[in-house]
Amino acid sequence: DDLSHKTQSSELFTLTYGALVTQLCKDYENDEDVNKQLDKMGYNIGVRLIEDFLARSNVGRCHDFRETADVIAKVAFKMYLGITPSITNWSPAGDEFSLILENNPLVDFVELPDNHSSLIYSNLLCGVQMAVEAKFVQDTLKGDGVTEIRMRFIRRIEDNLPAGEE
Amino acid sequence: MRTRSAGRSLGAGSWCMADVALFEFLHTEMVAELWAHDPDPGPGGQKTSLSVLEGVGFRVGQALGERLPREMLTFKEELDVLKFLCKDLWVAVFQKQMDSLRTNHQGTYVLQDNSFPLLVRMASGLQYVEEAPKFLAFPCGLLRGALSTLGIKSLVTASVASLPACEFWEALPVSRVKWGPQSICLLLRGEAAPGCRSPFHRRGIQDQRT
Repeated sequence: DDLSHKTQSSELFTLTYGALVTQLCKDYENDEDVNKQLDKMGYNIGVRLIEDFLARSNVGRCHDFRETADVIAKVAFKMYLGITPSITNWSPAGDEFSLILENNPLVDFVELPDNHSSLIYSNLLCGVQMAVEAKFVQDTLKGDGVTEIRMRFIRRIEDNLPAGEE
Repeated sequence: MRTRSAGRSLGAGSWCMADVALFEFLHTEMVAELWAHDPDPGPGGQKTSLSVLEGVGFRVGQALGERLPREMLTFKEELDVLKFLCKDLWVAVFQKQMDSLRTNHQGTYVLQDNSFPLLVRMASGLQYVEEAPKFLAFPCGLLRGALSTLGIKSLVTASVASLPACEFWEALPVSRVKWGPQSICLLLRGEAAPGCRSPFHRRGIQDQRT
């Protein structure tokens, strides 16, 4: 029953995430610290999520970063957020690519106030990736046409986890 | 951060579906990050350690409430509202109905969930019972927020006797003259079950005196 799992309307997740960001913005004085927290929380979620993901999908070890990209975009995003980002902009060395999100479910209800211009609202998503650097280079919230997450392969983790997946 | 209302209904099919694991993991992280973290400890420095989480839940509940279908906003009786919480809201959030709803017909309601999804993975028995209240603050706020959108001020506390069963206590105004958003009277009836260490109880009573 690989992909059959309980789902719920993503608005609960989206609203909860929004309330969390609001709270963090109250708690921390600058957006950098909020970004750091979101990144950390995303990482912690990612560590658990990968277990969940591997247990439920039949995805084996990825042999290269291209395969990893496919798994992330077509299986993982689909499974957890119900969307399939497109993969573009491969670097010649094949160690960087971009995920393009036409619409980012995390930002459905959000208007970013001007005074939080350095806040990377969806930073939590970045933490979900492991052993890679993931950062937002375009964001619809900031007026870009699409949301783009740039993924850069850093190194292979030799122990316990398959490299690069999620 | 402002929220926009787009007039779609709760859990409607037109919505993108997200996996429940995602919400559960996010909630766990929120508990780890936000509990015992109160920038405004209140008079006497009394620590309402879970009030931040409860507040976050409240905002989410309010927003969910705003997105309810129109006909939901014309409940005739208090009990209908409670039934709505037990059925529709609980299903939308936790994919199951509340297991029982009891009331003393004086404004106190006891909602019981015998296998509360946020506790199910933790234990079956008493092993982590001290930790459990942390995981109930958010859902308490959620219920209180949804009620608030429906025009009802309430106090919701939760207690756990044995995982993963838990109860949500609802105190609704008893001496309300008419059904409407003006109702403000707040009273907690019913005793919290043994082992309840929820700080909301205390805080709510204080609020009422001021």
